[in-house]
Amino acid sequence: MAENIVIVGAGQAAVSCAARLRALSPECSISLIGDEPYLPYQRPPLSKAFLTGELSVERLALKPHDWYDAQAIDLKLESSVSSIDRRERQVILQGGKRIPYDKLVLATGSRPRVLPDKFTRDASRIYTLRGIADAEMLKGELRPDRRLLVIGGGYVGLEFAASAAKTGLDVVLVEAAERILGRVAASETADFFRELHRSHGVKIIEGVGVLSICDIDGARRASLSNGEQVDADFVVVGIGAIANDRLAMECGLETRNGVLVNENGQTSDPRIFAAGDCATLGGEALTARIESVQNAIEQGDAVAHSLLGQAAPPRKTPWFWSDQFDAKLQIAGINSGFDRTEVKAGARAGAQSIWYYAGETLLAVDAINDPVTYMTVRRILDARTSTLE
Amino acid sequence: MPRVTWKCSDGKTISADIETGVSLMEAAVNLNVPGIFGDCGGALSCATCHVVLDEAWQHIVPGPTDMEGEMLEVVEGGRTDRSRLSCQIRVTEQLDGIVLHVGV
Repeated sequence: MAENIVIVGAGQAAVSCAARLRALSPECSISLIGDEPYLPYQRPPLSKAFLTGELSVERLALKPHDWYDAQAIDLKLESSVSSIDRRERQVILQGGKRIPYDKLVLATGSRPRVLPDKFTRDASRIYTLRGIADAEMLKGELRPDRRLLVIGGGYVGLEFAASAAKTGLDVVLVEAAERILGRVAASETADFFRELHRSHGVKIIEGVGVLSICDIDGARRASLSNGEQVDADFVVVGIGAIANDRLAMECGLETRNGVLVNENGQTSDPRIFAAGDCATLGGEALTARIESVQNAIEQGDAVAHSLLGQAAPPRKTPWFWSDQFDAKLQIAGINSGFDRTEVKAGARAGAQSIWYYAGETLLAVDAINDPVTYMTVRRILDARTSTLE
Repeated sequence: MPRVTWKCSDGKTISADIETGVSLMEAAVNLNVPGIFGDCGGALSCATCHVVLDEAWQHIVPGPTDMEGEMLEVVEGGRTDRSRLSCQIRVTEQLDGIVLHVGV
């Protein structure tokens, strides 16, 4: 009998899963439940081309409206799931409506970490960036000559700072850790981006925390741990993301900083799967939760296979990218556990790459304006993964 | 609107009139052209929108940038001298009638 598959979430992982499911099984029933009012969309442009007005909201959509009809995928937008009843195998929407499932996929994504309330309760115009609604508000703030304070020197913070500086804003970025990109990249990569931002007028302050933000004289005044104060018209906080695993936790699924899944994307309930930002892959040696487009697409695709009892295609090397000013950073592999790096100049002027090793084993590369190195390393790492399998 | 045709390796042909300004990748994704994914949304980072220009169009379409050229050097399936990443080609009136081969 054709199975009834319900996917909670309507982002990249959800759409990838639905598309693959339909390709593999013309007969199963597929529903996507998303809480936003927009067609499932791409998030990466929200800090870049969408923010600066180069890309319209229509062009963010992953698929046009008629695609969902053509694929017989029931897209329920503006619908919030309040709980999961595993015994009855039903998803319960806010308002009480129950939707039965044979198998369930959690693709609930992640949400931005926020500053503690006591830091910000006396301040207005403090934003995080996750969805179209956030980006629309921030677009309204992005006016030349306004002063922006960015808190957090990760990729979202740096990309936002770059977009704002390009638009003509006066930008200060504060990073509490010793340096920007501390959790995700080597110091050589951080050095490049620090210099890039400085050359475009962004003031980067590292190793300094924000103690409080208050509205004073029409500005947001941030008091920093080094005793300085920064006045800004608005503040963007980019200090990481948290998996949306509440639904899983409340219905008793195992979680570990995300919905815990095995290699097949299966949670501790064999009828429930998870994919994308919300999923933590548990292993004997490591647990990993990856926030990226490529991971969302791949895990969504893999879960579609698992749902039908099929083996998923071999995993590819994870890849990431970040565009800031005129620089393109492309990352192949995951650098965690590296013990040394090598910096190599690329073939063209301005191209360079940072290679991460654990002993003699290549783990990852950060390629800056150096696509050929990025693509080459992807191929090397892909070949190694397939040999191991 | 310019007419664009994708010829897929399985013999399937998809033709449609495409609004100017959108990329050939976006148009293909919207039309569900098999073999065109555009995972990175046009950021020149996934190489999942590889097409081969039909011979007649090779010299009409503006050539690739250095960055695109480098991505193509190591593209899956192998580069041909008419290979392009279709996210980097915007539809213009000049491209009316263009034919693209996918998955060759």
